[in-house]
Amino acid sequence: MKVPIWVFVVVAVLATAFVLRIGAEELDQSHQTERIAGSAGDVLEDDPVGRLKVFVYELPSKYNKKILQKDPRCLTHMFAAEIFMHWFLLSSPVRTLNPEEADWFYTPVYTTCDLTPNGLPLPFKSPRMMRSAIQLISSNWPFWNRTEGADHFFVVPHDFGACFHYQEEKAIERGILPLLQRATLVQTFGQRNHVCLNEGSITIPPYAPPQKMQAHLIPPDTPRSIFVYFRGLFYDVGNDPEGGYYARGARASVWENFKNNPLFDISTEHPTTYYEDMQRAVFCLCPLGWAPWSPRLVEGVIFGCIPVIIADDIVLPFADAIPWEEIGVFVAEKDVPKLDTILTSIPPEVVLRKQRLLANPSMKQAMLFPQPAQPGDAFHQILNGLARKLPRDKSIHLKPGEKILNWTAGPVGDLKPW
Amino acid sequence: MKHLVLQQQNCNTRRSNSFRTSGSLDSSVDGTFKSPAALFWLVLHGLCCLISLVLGFRFSRLIFFLLFSTNTTTTTTTNHYTVPALLRTTSDTAQTLTLQTPSLSPPISITDTPSNRTSTTTTSSRVVVGRHGILIRPWPHPNPVEVMKAHHIIERVQREQRLQYGIKNPRPLIVVTPTFVRTFQTLHLTGLMHSLMLVPCDLTWIVVEAGGTSNETASLLEKSGLRTIHIGFEERMPITWEARHQMEARMRLRALRVVREQRLDGIVMFADDSNVHSMELFDEIQSVKWIGAVSVGILAHSGNSDDSSSLPQKQEDEENFPLPIQGPACNSSGRLTGWHTFNSLPYVGKSATYFDDRATVLPRKLEWAGFVLNSKLVWKDVEDKPEWVRDVDTLAADGEDLESPLSLLKDTSVVEPLGNCGRKVLLWWLRVEARSDSKFPPGWIIDPPLEITVPAKRTPWPDAPPELPSSEKMNDVQEYTVKHPSKTSRVSRSKRKHESRIADVQVSGRNAEGN
Repeated sequence: MKVPIWVFVVVAVLATAFVLRIGAEELDQSHQTERIAGSAGDVLEDDPVGRLKVFVYELPSKYNKKILQKDPRCLTHMFAAEIFMHWFLLSSPVRTLNPEEADWFYTPVYTTCDLTPNGLPLPFKSPRMMRSAIQLISSNWPFWNRTEGADHFFVVPHDFGACFHYQEEKAIERGILPLLQRATLVQTFGQRNHVCLNEGSITIPPYAPPQKMQAHLIPPDTPRSIFVYFRGLFYDVGNDPEGGYYARGARASVWENFKNNPLFDISTEHPTTYYEDMQRAVFCLCPLGWAPWSPRLVEGVIFGCIPVIIADDIVLPFADAIPWEEIGVFVAEKDVPKLDTILTSIPPEVVLRKQRLLANPSMKQAMLFPQPAQPGDAFHQILNGLARKLPRDKSIHLKPGEKILNWTAGPVGDLKPW
Repeated sequence: MKHLVLQQQNCNTRRSNSFRTSGSLDSSVDGTFKSPAALFWLVLHGLCCLISLVLGFRFSRLIFFLLFSTNTTTTTTTNHYTVPALLRTTSDTAQTLTLQTPSLSPPISITDTPSNRTSTTTTSSRVVVGRHGILIRPWPHPNPVEVMKAHHIIERVQREQRLQYGIKNPRPLIVVTPTFVRTFQTLHLTGLMHSLMLVPCDLTWIVVEAGGTSNETASLLEKSGLRTIHIGFEERMPITWEARHQMEARMRLRALRVVREQRLDGIVMFADDSNVHSMELFDEIQSVKWIGAVSVGILAHSGNSDDSSSLPQKQEDEENFPLPIQGPACNSSGRLTGWHTFNSLPYVGKSATYFDDRATVLPRKLEWAGFVLNSKLVWKDVEDKPEWVRDVDTLAADGEDLESPLSLLKDTSVVEPLGNCGRKVLLWWLRVEARSDSKFPPGWIIDPPLEITVPAKRTPWPDAPPELPSSEKMNDVQEYTVKHPSKTSRVSRSKRKHESRIADVQVSGRNAEGN
């Protein structure tokens, strides 16, 4: 007699939960957005406060402040995330001043702030800088040696992450800096089965200035009349004039196939209305360049333009929290000549659904690094990602005397002190 | 990536930087100078550079590509990395010596020819680093079926945008148009009709025609597919502009009476047939509550001055006076404080007094076209009608000069300024009419079709078609010299355009028959 009643109660609870969930979806549809649920679940709006504690090492200012003072352009280029992450952690509630209770340790070293006069970061001193920082923290605090860095995380937003080079072949040759093999890397680069992407890395979007993008918003009832939009290089004339190396030939293929197609608004010009034009387009191409990631993805998400990602095996930002297959269109590089067929054969309902997902404000927030930080933004998604890795098993703690990392591995030039 | 745009601008200096700073770090470069095998590669590469100089294309790359294209094992790592890297970097600097024409390794290749090197030695990846072919399909032209599908997608997206962000539940519109039979009536009515056909909400078009309804107008209205109410007004249009304006006002009141009798619901707007409306106007007036006003741009052009000496003065005039605008004036907090009206002072003594006068046709102080009303304001028995509105019947009975719908109100401060408080000009007032002795074919049909060709010298029309409007001022001078002295110089601008168009038709017709 008791069992049927208990079963009935459980069934009733499940039924109401089911009904409520459907109701929630319908309500959201009337608000013209849809909830985003990735493989990690519905986690974009999670609050990391209380789920983890981060200890920020106090490094001498030559690793951070002095570098920034030398070149304040580091705050506006697309690698500025490393600096803003430091500032965010300094004043965040997840920060703890007691390292004994910390789950994660953060090292504020700005490795991507050595800029050429044109504003491009030179990665040649970065390995030495990173190595010197790690030597400092391993000698002044016991926490590095305790786990050989397995509970430390670093922000390395450069082209190929911790491989510290802008050319892919050289980067692959170098591999990830040996000292960072056990640490968690927060980087913009993501490509499956690539040397420069570690298993547990967190992929983040490149930095795009939020105020600048907000300033160029146009009324949402402006009709979207451009079918496909792209502005950028197709041939990198300086480094690869014949094509074939740059973007693995994909961008050149886009140009040669679609330069005369009226549905494709593509060119190399740099218009002042670039942001406004994106808001009048249905699809925005995000092909790979020298590295597979691009700020176009962020711009497309902010402006509601469906990103068409042409980069084989790419790992997109926060891939476990954001279901990119449902939001963007993925086109294999070998399928680029058929791009127009692929895009026009998408059913309109699917297009509308993708636009609804893009219109979700939590989606847009997750791609931005606003100053000051706001709930649901990229900083919080990084912390959420870190929190999802907890709790750890005790095996990361090394037994006394055990050594895994090889401190002399790597090219000879890296071993020079910085 | 944008930084690579900058990168390629500065590649040479950057690479030279890299060579300088990484000379000590890059072990591969060190290695090549030390081992004999690498020395051999260097000599071979120099040889290839010389051959490239002679042949005129980049020989070295091709050779290595062909040599190593058969070797696809994953163990070929460092050798192949250093050699092609070396080739690439040094061949870039040697680029200044070799000519740029790519020939045997063409960028246009139909088949996929991936390079021979793989990216990692640990796990196999589908993505290879190195040179790839550029895939181009044999017929890179758009497929019309796909273009149609793309347009369907765009149209569906725009419809969804309108549903979400545009006007929800638009109220029906009642458009009041006074008109009368004249040469350009079809021209104006067709333009207005097309504008109204594009409006995405319910529409009732009340056309009041002076002199009684005419068949041509009725057939034109039928073709529109809109819901129309065609009313004939018994009096004929008078000659003087003063009287015309008054009669038009009376015709509009007649239409309002129809609105009252039939209890038509919606927003009443006054669209003169010669005005130009923007589509945003129809969206903007949906937000009116009782009575609203929009800004009207006045295109009051002068009919034409005879002497060319006044031309420079006209230019100066146009520089001093920007487009006059009639409409509501607001203070900084967005509340109605007054009205911008048409400044007729510069035109004192020069304005047209009767129809077909060559001088400037001026609008009234405040045109009816700039106002929109809620139709309930003219209904008879409505409970929530505000007290500041007068009854339509009392107005007509008074016989006073109805300048603008403001006469309907006892208190003019209740008017809502629309269009961003009058800052957006949503329609333009323009009175363009044909000359009275114009030779337009009746019904705009040339029947029987033109067969007789007459040499241009015998016709009174000018030989050369006029130039573009930007040079129209110069054109004025030209055309006057071309004209026969017998022709009077009273021409309205529209007439001139039409003459040139017919001249074009004649010319092209002649050419066709000549061939």
